[in-house]
Amino acid sequence: MSFPATRLSVVERTRSDDEEIRRVAWATIIEAYWKPVYKYLRLKWSLGPDEAADLTQEFFTTILEKDLVERYDPARARFRTYLRLCLDGFASNARKAERRQKRGGDVTLVPLDFQTAEGEMARHEGSVDADVDELFYREWVRALFERAVADLKQHAGQAGRPIMFEVFARYDLADEGESRPTYAVMARNLGLTAATVTNHLAAMRRQFRQIVLDRLRDLTSSEDEFEAEAARLLGSRSSHSSRDKP
Amino acid sequence: MSWISDRTIDRLRDAAAWPELDGRYAITGVAGRGGMGTVFVARDHVLDRDVAVKVLDIADRKGSRVARLTREAHILARLDHPGIVPVHDAGVLPDGRSFYVMKLVRGRRLDEVLAARPPQAVRLDLFARVLEAVAFAHAHGVVHRDLKPENIMAGDFGEVFVMDWGVAQDGAADSEPAVVGTPGFMPPEQEGAGVVDRRADVFALGAVLKQVMGSDPSPALAAIAVKAQHPEPEARYQSVEQLAADIARFRNQEPVSAYRESLRERALRLYRRYELPILLLLAYVVMRFVLLVAAGV
Repeated sequence: MSFPATRLSVVERTRSDDEEIRRVAWATIIEAYWKPVYKYLRLKWSLGPDEAADLTQEFFTTILEKDLVERYDPARARFRTYLRLCLDGFASNARKAERRQKRGGDVTLVPLDFQTAEGEMARHEGSVDADVDELFYREWVRALFERAVADLKQHAGQAGRPIMFEVFARYDLADEGESRPTYAVMARNLGLTAATVTNHLAAMRRQFRQIVLDRLRDLTSSEDEFEAEAARLLGSRSSHSSRDKP
Repeated sequence: MSWISDRTIDRLRDAAAWPELDGRYAITGVAGRGGMGTVFVARDHVLDRDVAVKVLDIADRKGSRVARLTREAHILARLDHPGIVPVHDAGVLPDGRSFYVMKLVRGRRLDEVLAARPPQAVRLDLFARVLEAVAFAHAHGVVHRDLKPENIMAGDFGEVFVMDWGVAQDGAADSEPAVVGTPGFMPPEQEGAGVVDRRADVFALGAVLKQVMGSDPSPALAAIAVKAQHPEPEARYQSVEQLAADIARFRNQEPVSAYRESLRERALRLYRRYELPILLLLAYVVMRFVLLVAAGV
């Protein structure tokens, strides 16, 4: 496996002299974080939908205006944790100042579909009492995976192999409560051989992993932070599939 | 983009971590997760058996994680002992992650076994088997450095396996600069991230023994654990064999080196050890006395 050449993370690219590079970097950050921010404000800060939407926009506007990313020190915290702490401070100040009339911002880099985000709130499974960092992390992972799945679907379509994504979707994106179909059943339903289903699934998983890691590398500010985030995301969790331990 | 549930997130995390092995091994599930890798259950189609495959979570740019897993596989391959899980195969996945294939151990972790409160004789028998495996590793220059009940597996037929050799120290030199081990099981000298010797494992085994012996141990057994866990390495058992010898003496109702018993304790121990002969002798004496009385002597 070849590692990508060292490149600037989005955090570093927000400090670029090139306006277009800065714009894309900000769009990447907002795209990755707006939903976690909105849901965090709804759950942790118990804000109403309109208030949370306004404050979400204002938060990113403030970050842009006050160069909060410029002040980020990778040696002190992960970027995600830094943003969450900024958000807590921002929400606390906003609550104290009751600046409701000033709410809202002009973040137009990425369309923020608050209606969809609010619809997702009804399906929220996490406990509000959960650790706040864990709550923010879970929403961040959800946003990351949603984007990665969309990218995967687009790549498969562009390659003229939407059937490959269909196999992945039926097996790894099966709806809540649905049991996974067997390879044989999927093969029959999709008009493929079981071996083809296996190969398609393996290829899609490999590509999904690469997309996730690429996005993760983009959203972290150093190799150490990337590796720590990747290990947490794709590694150590409590075992749930078997009591056997080899 | 459609909304992804928490359950689907877990599925996707598994999907992204799923190793792409060659046709010989077919992954069938997840067995457990550790500090640097995930252990999968797989079917070995060549030998038609289930195996365990430990796969690195991510391939790091520096290669230290890859080197660590590879080193663990090499250590396990060298330690051919019934109490240490055998390695069958090793390699690197297309995405750069290293892996190795080993025997699938079916059983429970020692902490789970102890939670069921088996008799002391059973607990000490399991502990003695752990000591044998660790002593064997020490004889081959390997210090485990992370011994704890969670890293010990007990099978359904009394077999015991010492697991997770990922932070083991192989020889005097150590390429692992970070602090390794688990608080509570790690001796003071290990907290400094320096090179340790086999007495570090003796300390950890003392901590394991504390859990093995339960909440109300005999003073002699408690003294063995205290000696094994002495903060100064020089004051501990100098080898696992010495610790094992004291455990064996305790199990045989003999005096242990770690504890000076009182006269009463000694008498009680001797009584327990020779209970049957003592009772027979007493019965004989009583019978003789009764016969003598009956004879009017």
